[in-house]
Amino acid sequence: MARAVAVVGFGQTKHGRRDEVSYPELVYEAVKAALDDAGITPDDIDAVVSGSMPPAMEGIGAPHLYLSDALSAFGKPSIRVATCGSTGVSIAQMAYYHVASGLFDVVLAVGHEKMNENDPQGTMTTVGEPYFQRPFSGGAPGIFSMQAHQYMYRYNLPEERVREAAAIISVNHHENALDNPYAHIRMKITVEDVLNSKIIAYPVRLLDVCPSSDGAAAVIFAAEEKAKRFPRKPAWVKGLYYAGEEAFFGDSDKVVWQSAIIAAREAYRMAGIQNPRKEIDVAEVYNPFTFQELIFYECFGFCEPGEACRLVEEGVVLRGGELPCAPSGGVLCTNPIGATGLIRVGEAALQVTGRAGQRQVPGAKTALAHAMGGVDQLNGVMILSSEL
Amino acid sequence: MSQAEVKFLEQVVYLPYRWSMGPVYTRFFEEFKKKKIMGTRCPQCKRVLVPARQFCPRCFVDTPEWVEVSDHGTIRTWALINFKFSGQPMDPPYITGLIDLEGADVGFLHFIGGVNLADLAEVRARIKIGGKVRARWKEKPQGNILDIECFEPV
Repeated sequence: MARAVAVVGFGQTKHGRRDEVSYPELVYEAVKAALDDAGITPDDIDAVVSGSMPPAMEGIGAPHLYLSDALSAFGKPSIRVATCGSTGVSIAQMAYYHVASGLFDVVLAVGHEKMNENDPQGTMTTVGEPYFQRPFSGGAPGIFSMQAHQYMYRYNLPEERVREAAAIISVNHHENALDNPYAHIRMKITVEDVLNSKIIAYPVRLLDVCPSSDGAAAVIFAAEEKAKRFPRKPAWVKGLYYAGEEAFFGDSDKVVWQSAIIAAREAYRMAGIQNPRKEIDVAEVYNPFTFQELIFYECFGFCEPGEACRLVEEGVVLRGGELPCAPSGGVLCTNPIGATGLIRVGEAALQVTGRAGQRQVPGAKTALAHAMGGVDQLNGVMILSSEL
Repeated sequence: MSQAEVKFLEQVVYLPYRWSMGPVYTRFFEEFKKKKIMGTRCPQCKRVLVPARQFCPRCFVDTPEWVEVSDHGTIRTWALINFKFSGQPMDPPYITGLIDLEGADVGFLHFIGGVNLADLAEVRARIKIGGKVRARWKEKPQGNILDIECFEPV
């Protein structure tokens, strides 16, 4: 039987354009912050799990070797996990497996990215295989734009209504990011600003899209007996799951999206969640594109299929709503990709332990953290709670 | 240290590749050169998978039966790409889409063309999910995926 596991420390860098530091310096900043948060030193860490986007993004193969010192990995097992956008949640789940297995008591998870040292969309395009799919992905925005069109068509939703709901999500998250001192994009915007911003990949506009960020995050996971001895209140991992889909984009449905549905359903089953909308207090949904966030609400059972716009229109998923999403400002305002999913886990841990500062959702006890990766191919979900 | 004091090391990493196509993709592109789009039928779930596969990813059984599918189909979804990035196949704007080819059970990624991209209203009027399209082939196919220039509204 797996052991109980908790998050006992979290550190992140200021995210954004971080030209003033080298890649190892950036990673060191996050690892040091997490160790300080947990009140421990590298001697207390039994293993390190780290990850980022395909190494072409920073131009250095097997970056966990180059970053070994900044990861405090000397004398320890050091494993790299890379699943594109979902890397951060994969890292968290891998760290969880290490501890739950009983082989390691304290494991450091680190996600990192420096997206401004290369053309990140160029690297992302290489994720598509070269025979059939690479020329047509249109970078990440192209894929998400196709998904947005399909979503509107499937439920016969007027494009104007969906665009408006997406724009409200963008305004909400940008407002949230103003409360997050670590966020990359911090500015006040209006629905009109979003609707009138430049088309990136129609119908997706600039303010529907995440930025390219530099940043790193580190989360420390500990086994039950150890976790209780840490200075911070532990955030318990109650459920987790990860699911993938076929290599060909056209093989599976991206609206009733099985990898997202399965990841949430199995994580809920493990956590004993039957009614996610009632039982989850806050969700750090992976939302690099506003339109995609709507689809996730449905895949995660926050509402019925085709009803996501109403969740926005009624304010359920907005600030002060019944199930606020992305109180950190989310991926939409901060996306150092390899770190992004792990930031979701760290933010969820802060929320359930009442440590989220200005962005705290009052009284949050149960949180969902999620990330999506590949060409709409992979989804991972983790549920954290204040109670064991 | 202020940002102005930091310097940058600049290099280009150049890596040529030579990817084996294996027997299935080799045959697919030989047929493609003859302006035929080939799939393979899964003996278990009976789906026709395009492009042709060695095996069905869901049933995990070999798919030795080859089937020609139509170069006509309907638009499952589309995106108008309007930003630049490295390694892009052409200068934006252009449209990519998933096409449900007649006779196939999975979507086929390609370009959608034949519309005036400068006019968004025209694009929205002519490029619709469920709309019929057909392949526009190159005059002299080379045996690669760009032998089809794009799919155009019928």
